[in-house]
Amino acid sequence: MNAYAVKLALRHLLAHPGQTALLMAGVALGVSIFIFMSALIGGLATLLTLRTVGSIPHVVLEMPDRDPATLSAGERRQVVLQKDLSRRDQIAIWQPAIPIIEQSAGVTAVSPQIRGSAFVERGQAVAPVGVIGVMQGKLSDIADIHAAIVDGTSDLPADGILIGSRLARDLGLRVGQVVRLSSDRGRTRSFRIGGIFSLGIASADRQAVYMNFTAARALFDLSTGISRIEIKVSPATAAASVARRLRRSTGLEATAWTEDNSQLFEGLDAQARTGTIIKAFSLITIVVGIASAMLLSIVRRQPEIGIMRAMGASKGLVISIFVLEGTLIGFVGAIVGAVAAWLVLLPLPPVTEVRSGGLPIDRHQGDFLLAITLTTLAAMLASILPARSAARIDPVEAIGA
Amino acid sequence: MNTEPILVASALTRNFGEGEAEVAVLKGIDMSMKAGEMAALLGPSGSGKSTLLTILGTLMRASSGSHVMLGVDLMQASEAERTKFRSQHLGFVFQFHHLLPDLSALENVMMPAAAAAGRETRAMRERAKELLDAVGLADRRDYRPAAMSGGQRQRVAVARALINNPVLVLADEPTGNLDRQSADHVMDLIRSINQAMATSFLISTHDEHIAGQCRRRIELLDGRIVQP
Repeated sequence: MNAYAVKLALRHLLAHPGQTALLMAGVALGVSIFIFMSALIGGLATLLTLRTVGSIPHVVLEMPDRDPATLSAGERRQVVLQKDLSRRDQIAIWQPAIPIIEQSAGVTAVSPQIRGSAFVERGQAVAPVGVIGVMQGKLSDIADIHAAIVDGTSDLPADGILIGSRLARDLGLRVGQVVRLSSDRGRTRSFRIGGIFSLGIASADRQAVYMNFTAARALFDLSTGISRIEIKVSPATAAASVARRLRRSTGLEATAWTEDNSQLFEGLDAQARTGTIIKAFSLITIVVGIASAMLLSIVRRQPEIGIMRAMGASKGLVISIFVLEGTLIGFVGAIVGAVAAWLVLLPLPPVTEVRSGGLPIDRHQGDFLLAITLTTLAAMLASILPARSAARIDPVEAIGA
Repeated sequence: MNTEPILVASALTRNFGEGEAEVAVLKGIDMSMKAGEMAALLGPSGSGKSTLLTILGTLMRASSGSHVMLGVDLMQASEAERTKFRSQHLGFVFQFHHLLPDLSALENVMMPAAAAAGRETRAMRERAKELLDAVGLADRRDYRPAAMSGGQRQRVAVARALINNPVLVLADEPTGNLDRQSADHVMDLIRSINQAMATSFLISTHDEHIAGQCRRRIELLDGRIVQP
């Protein structure tokens, strides 16, 4: 690529500003679409992931299921010890595991919990609920209950509970009322409703009841152990690898949220593939546009090319000039398109603040550099064939000598 | 004047088409040119003048015969070698100026040298200025072709043909597109350059007035030289 080719390419582009601007505008439009699609698809994936995993634990640690113990085995009979179904599998020694988990890479929150089934009773009304006993200060570590409170407060005294909005509606419950909770361990206690939350997840809003850790111990007859440890990780997509690591380091059964949401992953994957196809089409449009523009330009400039060849210009110089022109159109068009897309996306709110009905566009997932690089490369490739045909022009025919 | 020929062509032929449609345009040309010669190539339309100039200018290969210039066998040379030879030793002036429309007069004059070197140099710029001065266009250096008259463009084309200090300039009807006054101006210019720089000129024309200004006449008729 020599300096003279650069000069001639630049000179031609600058000598025809209208035509050059039109070509660059076409490239810029393609690049803007590319970036917009990247930002939209990336933002949509982020939003879906946030909405899906925002209020659920990313990794859950529980006691591993043990096989029934074989007491004796013969040719015709086998005697096994049946698991005590009424006895909850608890993590008896859990305190030493907490610092190990907290210091693991990617872990952002750890919440030991006591969980169990119960019935909530208020007069004649009865409903089954899942009780979650949380430690002091860890109420909002997994689901942001504090922010979801719609009535009352998120305080959890020993006799207080927080219930979901749907449960409150179904049973006609209000803050300050006293309800009875009967656990599956046969214990019954009265609690005062301190707050009502609405997470926007039907199952949680109808069935989850939060209470103090100590109160849960008493209700479920757990003197020292806990039911499970819930963990948040960042990024949420790293849950599977964090789960594998924690399984090895704690010996507990670790389940990542991804294992229970494979359909969501398939959906996101299909969406990403669709986006790739749309982006590929916008690149193809750019390639076809530049190639046809270059071919037209070559037809129009045949006498010029002929005279240059007649005056001793090598085929390499002619190819260089046209490839440079195409590449410059692609590069400058890509920069313009990227800047335009950035300016258009700038006022849009972050995905985390998108309201219902708004487009979840994440500017940071716009693939700006990729768009510029691919477009420049595509423009260069699009110019090669026309440039080679320019170099093959017979000077005698071109100049009519 | 050096009496050694710079160009020797022997039994040059050139056919176009194939089979029954084959047409012989040049039917055995024998000619030579010496350094500093200024020759007119005359003949009616279709006599083969342009084809002969094109072959001598290495823009086209002869069908058969021998074409040697400055000791180089141009019939055997590769295309790349012929292109290099053309840029180093030959200059061209065409009936239409064929200047590059996006370049100034000065840049057009530099073009053959810059294309060969891959860049423009200060020496090229100085040489191009000298040539534009010599053709009387010192005040038009920065003009684009579109802003110049036909005669001025053709003078720029003459200056361009000389930028690489060629041994031979091939001019195909260089004044064919000009009025008499401009044509005389261009011919005066060519003659003065021929005398001052000892550059050989082979000028194709069918205009006796132009041919009369050359010291030698080569007449073509039906693909053959009738008066070498």
